[in-house]
Amino acid sequence: MKRKDLLGIRELDCDEILEILDTAESMQELSSRPIKKVPTLRGKTIINLFFEASTRTRTSFEIAGKWLSADVVNISMSTSSVSKGETLIDTARTLDSMSADCVVIRHSSSGAPHTIARMTKARVINGGDGAHEHPTQALLDALTIRQRKGRISGLKVAIVGDIAHSRVARSNIHLLTKFGSDVWACSAPTLMPVKMDELLSENQGRLHITTSMDEALDQADVIMMLRVQFERMNESFFPSVREYFRYYGLSRERASHAKSDAIIMHPGPINRGVEIASDVADGPYSVILDQIAAGLAVRMAILYLLLGV
Amino acid sequence: MTLKPNYQLMNADEMRGTLNRLADEILSAHAGRDLVLVGIQRRGVPMAQRMAKTMGEKANVRPQLGSLDINLYRDDLTHAAVQPIVRRTELPPHIDDKDVILIDDVLYTGRTVGAALRALTDFGRMRTIQLAVFVDRGHRELPVEPNFVGRKIPTKDNEVVEVRLTEIDGEDAIYVMEKA
Amino acid sequence: MDLVIKNGRLVDPAQRIDAVTDIVIRGGKIVSIGKTSVPDLPQLDATGLVVAPGFFDIHVHLREPGTEEAETIASGGAAAVAGGFVAVAAMPNTKPPNDNPSITSYIISEARRSSPALVFPIGAVTREQKGETLAEIGEMVEAGIVGISDDGKPVMDGRLFRRALEYAQLFNLPVIQHCEDLNLSKGGVMHEGVYSTRLGLKGIPSSAEDTMVSRDLILAETTGGKYHVAHLSTRRAVEMVRQAKAQGLNITAEVTPHHFTLTDAAVAEYDTNAKMNPPLRSQDDVDALRKGIADGTIDVIASDHAPHHINLKMLEFDRAPFGITGLETAVGLAFTELQLPIGRIVEMFASNPQKIMRVSPWGLFEGSEAHITILDPKRNWKFDVGQSRSKSRNSPFHGREMTGKAVGTIVYGKVVYEDRA
Repeated sequence: MKRKDLLGIRELDCDEILEILDTAESMQELSSRPIKKVPTLRGKTIINLFFEASTRTRTSFEIAGKWLSADVVNISMSTSSVSKGETLIDTARTLDSMSADCVVIRHSSSGAPHTIARMTKARVINGGDGAHEHPTQALLDALTIRQRKGRISGLKVAIVGDIAHSRVARSNIHLLTKFGSDVWACSAPTLMPVKMDELLSENQGRLHITTSMDEALDQADVIMMLRVQFERMNESFFPSVREYFRYYGLSRERASHAKSDAIIMHPGPINRGVEIASDVADGPYSVILDQIAAGLAVRMAILYLLLGV
Repeated sequence: MTLKPNYQLMNADEMRGTLNRLADEILSAHAGRDLVLVGIQRRGVPMAQRMAKTMGEKANVRPQLGSLDINLYRDDLTHAAVQPIVRRTELPPHIDDKDVILIDDVLYTGRTVGAALRALTDFGRMRTIQLAVFVDRGHRELPVEPNFVGRKIPTKDNEVVEVRLTEIDGEDAIYVMEKA
Repeated sequence: MDLVIKNGRLVDPAQRIDAVTDIVIRGGKIVSIGKTSVPDLPQLDATGLVVAPGFFDIHVHLREPGTEEAETIASGGAAAVAGGFVAVAAMPNTKPPNDNPSITSYIISEARRSSPALVFPIGAVTREQKGETLAEIGEMVEAGIVGISDDGKPVMDGRLFRRALEYAQLFNLPVIQHCEDLNLSKGGVMHEGVYSTRLGLKGIPSSAEDTMVSRDLILAETTGGKYHVAHLSTRRAVEMVRQAKAQGLNITAEVTPHHFTLTDAAVAEYDTNAKMNPPLRSQDDVDALRKGIADGTIDVIASDHAPHHINLKMLEFDRAPFGITGLETAVGLAFTELQLPIGRIVEMFASNPQKIMRVSPWGLFEGSEAHITILDPKRNWKFDVGQSRSKSRNSPFHGREMTGKAVGTIVYGKVVYEDRA
């Protein structure tokens, strides 16, 4: 990979994305070997710098690195205003003194990985920053879609949930529209980002917005449900869980508006009964578990492409 | 870096003849045993497939097939100028106690085979691992020797041996190229 | 101090002067204006330069008392004269805030001791700027404040703000409001628009400013108070001020140079030197501000100089404090970005600020204190933040090339800053 860092999907071109997906597909068989180890990244140090709690993404990167024989270290940073002491520049310098080859950063502030990437020699992977981007999630989602549908272009993909605060939505919108799929972003009016309509022209005219879930799901090939964060209720974005599920939750009945073989995705963790009904999450068209396996493969591919030469 | 052809080493007929001979040699060396033909990505893979077909036609022997991408096992010096594409690695299950024949198009420094040996150890404990190559061009950097060779030729440092296969390149031929 | 300024183009719209002639200064006062020959006094050759009444930046944050690592009265004063300002009005959001006469007196005496520029303190509207009860405004007036504001914050409570507008009239004090509905802007770090959505940053909507400007203009009308809008940034706010003035209300408005120069696109790669409050807004807003400057809706250009220690601006965008420095780039940006006649520039930097704030006026007239700014409208220069006299380095204008600069600053007849070509 010619880039130093992987900070977002927006700046990637289709060739770069395909390189990652193809490499991920080739590396997937590692998980079915009796000895899940290749020596490719032996001697490389990967640091998981998580300023925001996350078990699944962090574990996924950890396993990916370890299967590639890298030395992986997890650091959980606190971002309470009490610990105003250490600034990002101190963090970056610490990484360089430890000769880290690669850092995976998750942070609640958009742009934090960009700031650190400017200040460190290590290759930086954005594990999710604020409401900005979550590139590895979009890549694993694309791999999952490609494996189930044979392609990532020419599909109708509905993304439903808290679009305003979702980095997963943003990264997926960038990726899927780049490949010529139509993305329907659907949320309650309070959870739709400002000036979203101005962004429509950016994404090759393939981004559509609606507050109607039925319109978004109509004949969709892929349904992507986003996690609802309960803190939103305290800020009056919507009145209650019950109302949310009624209008924006994925019930079996709602899902039937989509194509009969539509796949159902979710970045996890699921709030059963809030954004998605249990029987839908566990049903035959749910690919939620496939996403996790794809996540491992994609993260291995990215680590290999950034560090493997 | 541009390459210009120096001379043609083999044409399609000669390649077919060589492949048949290699198949015979391997069969007689391993009569009665469970064979696994593992093609090293990229051109070793169609070669292994052709070899298996020939063995089936000649002797009604059906060896298992596998493919191995060694890019995840490279040591530093085999790094290409451009990061190579990682392709499929697929080996049959229960590979313990079987006889594996690694198949590749060209044997040069021996580092690819070294990486392949490293890779295979993680898949189980095979009874034997042997090496079959179409062309041995010399210049070894590791103590690796083929068990079955199609043709052995001396080459210069600035030459490249290009094996072309219909499945990938649209024609069957072997050329010795020179770096311009 | 004594001085003769020779051959400059004197421009003072308030005195209706625009002529090439000389000024004689004795004992720190202007004693005569007109062609003269006084060879025994020090001479300052102002050929080709503009000689104006000393510029007055009425919105500056000197971080003393309390945050001296970012700026002191001394360093802020040095930056001011380097920018061509003979005087600044210092906002009260210090630590502790200037909400009582002892802090006011401290600021004035420290300025007298260490600052080359005049410092006029602005007092807080409310105690500790908490927005709950009025501060001791009268006592602060006696100590020397020239206006009141809770800047940094708005006075959210309408009833309290009404009282402030009424009470301040007793002292003919301007009430300066930082217009921001804190509930609408809550959590925001940049202008709410396409860029904030794209960058995933929480936005401060224009409505946060507009709703408060609207409320304040009504209160100003009903109380008859002297109301001044700090750092206007939206199209709608400019329009409301325009209409209010057309109705004859006693209101004035200011704009910062960064608001008429940059848009929210400057945030780009999360550059914290593009983070301030009110935020940089859209091109449409910039266009409206420039129109407001040209047609007289906006009275004053003020820098909102807000120094922050370099460590604080190296934080992630969400956590970095709001504000940039501006004393040394204000005049250059006004010359370069706005195509204004020199008289209007002098009005916006010198004449109008004095009309708004409670100060004894100075200008190009006999008997005035000799506070003078000398300008070279043709000087090409590049701002180097490393050479700034401020203690802080948070400016988005490092390396910016400009045409037009203040090249001399004179306070009480003494040349406190000079930039010879």
